[in-house]
Amino acid sequence: MALFILRRLGVMVLTALCLTFIVFALTNLEPNLEKLAKNQANSRMTDEQVISWLDARGYNDPMLVKYGRWLGVVPHFTREEGGEVVFSRCANPGTSLEDAGSYCGILQGSWGWSTVFQNDVLEILAVRGNATAWLMLFVMMVMVPGALVLGVLAGMREGSKLDRSLSTISIGTTATPEYVSGVLFIAVFASATFGPNWFKGTATSAIDDITFANFTLPVLTIALYGMGYIARMTRASMTEVMTAQYIRTARLKGVSFPQIVLKHALRNALIAPFTVIMLQFPWLLNGVVIVETLFNYKGFGWTLVQAAGNNDIDLLLGVSIISVVVVLVTQLISDIGYVFLNPRIRIA
Amino acid sequence: MEPLTWTGNMGDTLDPILGITLAALLMTSLLAITLSFFTTAERLSVNPDGTLAAQPGLGGLATRAQTYALRAFVATLVAYIVTGMVVGWQGGGIVGGVMQAFTPVWISLTALFVASFAFKRRLGLYGKLFDSTIGMIGFGLVMFWVFTAIWAGLFDMIATHDPLTQVSGMKNKVPGTPLRGAEDGDYPFYLLGGDNLARDVFSRMVLGSTIVMQIAPLATLFAFMVGITLGLPAGYYGGLLDTVLSFMANLILAFPVILLFYLLVTPEIVQTGLPNYMAMILFLAPLVFFGVLINSRYRTQPATRNLYLGAAMAVGLVLYLSLISDQSSRIALFRLWPSALDLFDISGQVLIVFVSVVFVNSPTVFRIVRGLTLDIKTRDYVAAAQTRGETPWYIMLWEILPNARGPLIVDFCLRIGYTTILLGTLGFFGLGLPPESPDWGSTINEGRKLLSVYPHPAIAPALALLSLVLGLNLLADGLREESLRD
Repeated sequence: MALFILRRLGVMVLTALCLTFIVFALTNLEPNLEKLAKNQANSRMTDEQVISWLDARGYNDPMLVKYGRWLGVVPHFTREEGGEVVFSRCANPGTSLEDAGSYCGILQGSWGWSTVFQNDVLEILAVRGNATAWLMLFVMMVMVPGALVLGVLAGMREGSKLDRSLSTISIGTTATPEYVSGVLFIAVFASATFGPNWFKGTATSAIDDITFANFTLPVLTIALYGMGYIARMTRASMTEVMTAQYIRTARLKGVSFPQIVLKHALRNALIAPFTVIMLQFPWLLNGVVIVETLFNYKGFGWTLVQAAGNNDIDLLLGVSIISVVVVLVTQLISDIGYVFLNPRIRIA
Repeated sequence: MEPLTWTGNMGDTLDPILGITLAALLMTSLLAITLSFFTTAERLSVNPDGTLAAQPGLGGLATRAQTYALRAFVATLVAYIVTGMVVGWQGGGIVGGVMQAFTPVWISLTALFVASFAFKRRLGLYGKLFDSTIGMIGFGLVMFWVFTAIWAGLFDMIATHDPLTQVSGMKNKVPGTPLRGAEDGDYPFYLLGGDNLARDVFSRMVLGSTIVMQIAPLATLFAFMVGITLGLPAGYYGGLLDTVLSFMANLILAFPVILLFYLLVTPEIVQTGLPNYMAMILFLAPLVFFGVLINSRYRTQPATRNLYLGAAMAVGLVLYLSLISDQSSRIALFRLWPSALDLFDISGQVLIVFVSVVFVNSPTVFRIVRGLTLDIKTRDYVAAAQTRGETPWYIMLWEILPNARGPLIVDFCLRIGYTTILLGTLGFFGLGLPPESPDWGSTINEGRKLLSVYPHPAIAPALALLSLVLGLNLLADGLREESLRD
């Protein structure tokens, strides 16, 4: 087991390195850097001025060197004039050149400086990530029980009326992407055209104060899309369990149907959905970006859109590290959890 | 002119009927579900004369009532369509006008369904689809949009206005507003209202389907080619090849899709020529696929092989080179192919959308194909082929692949839906396609800005996208059920 986890961790680190390198390479492509230079300094710079601006900040060094610097395994770019350091990438606005170390990468805990928000990347991510964590928490609280109930009810009698209706409902929710359900929700529940104006169409105020009116629609929008898929997986797992021999034995012994479902079937039927819920995180991340944009909730997804739209390299890299780590960790948890929950699987 | 009401005169009789049938359908469905908890299933009893009789009981009665209610509901909907087709907006209001605009689609749909029903038993899996209600509904929804795309895109029929023309005074107007300054030959109304740039929402929704239909199925097909070409050898040979390919697939899958889109689908990336390079690699997969397919089949008859392979490769290469070459590209490599032979030019923006959608979809297909191959390669017929001395590629493409077709067809339907969602996502973030493009994602993105005041410009494309994806999902579900039945 320890070896298995260790090997998975190794693959994880390798994957994270590859992915961040891809993001790094894509954000550091020549036209992107040109745009950055023009954004930062002067939008009417000539090509030569752009090149010298980039040279003076170390952007024109080889890609691998830059990546190493960002990771913190290569000393950071400094420019010296007459033996004195006049520019250091390690010195964020507000810190003096002397205080700046020579290594300032991810490994040293320095995630860089956001050019859009003019703030430390780690600080931004902490605030925004916290906002999204609340959103995710509520989504999970709605989605997981909802999906499990739907799936178990549908799966306990395969082919019954209830099963057919609930399965059609779950197909319906998987076919409704967030930007469609979000738009429909706002139009129906938060616009003047249709009657009920129960909820708010934006969740901007939910950053400070989460209320029923401003948080219901975003949470429902994300939860709905993921719910159908988990419900279908739960249903499949439940129908499989319900045909198992030990369930038949219980029936023959005269155990009542609710008892069979609750005491005998449920525990085994919930193993598969657990892994599915864990693997849903990458999709939830997508949903979060869409919903935070649609409802103007300034969380992690909203930050991603801002960073990517303005080619804010450091912030974008920070965002991608977080999302990649979230995806990989949930994959690992789902693998390990599956082994723990299912005693029939043993990994040497 | 007066603004149109939703159903006009036609609604005076049909609206109450629709309400009644809908209520009946909901009530009987609820009743049937509730009763299924308390009553036993249908019971067979033997009469004294030896015949069998089914006793449906209370639950059976409820089910029968539900069936009748459903039929009545569907009949009412058909009545709306037929009446609308006949009377148009003059007698049928907005709904009538829309139904009349869709006339070619209704005729094609009817023809298709009648023909399919008539030859149901001779059409294999496709015919069996018409045994399942869910599958039929799904197929109907999908074909509705396919026909809409064909009639609107190729024959310029359904759309009532030009999707890009702005008419002054029509900004954000509600559905059914008469066109200001309409001349003879102009359609006198904006059926589903105007958007915030005073364009016709209905026409944009209709023409949006052509864009989706052009990109989504084709991109899914390419993703399947890539996934199959890589997944078969990975599953069949295993070993290092499998490890490397699986690692790469997992790498792409671990990438948050939106982040990838934001990084890939930008004008700056198009400038670097990266989409062209990616297209060069990804579009090679179908070429390789068909080459190997033909070669492995006719390997033992060199004359036939050379003929087929030569013809396929000639056509394939011309298509491939015209696809990846771009005369306006900054990179000399993509300008090498003579422009006389360049059959079509795809703009960099569309190409990058296409390439990134293929890129995102192919790892999942790869995983499915690999898993199926791992399973099928242990079968006896594969062992028999190996004993006969068939080449590995023959076994993969002509023994394993045909036997994996069931799950692959089902996944293909689902994946077109997913690709449609991805295209919508791209449009939603304003990536890729030009902002005035009528595709559904971009239109939703335009409409969401004034959503709480004028919801109609966003609702129409949202419902269109929803119905297409729902149709594809239901179709996949029907196909899965019918293919499992035998």
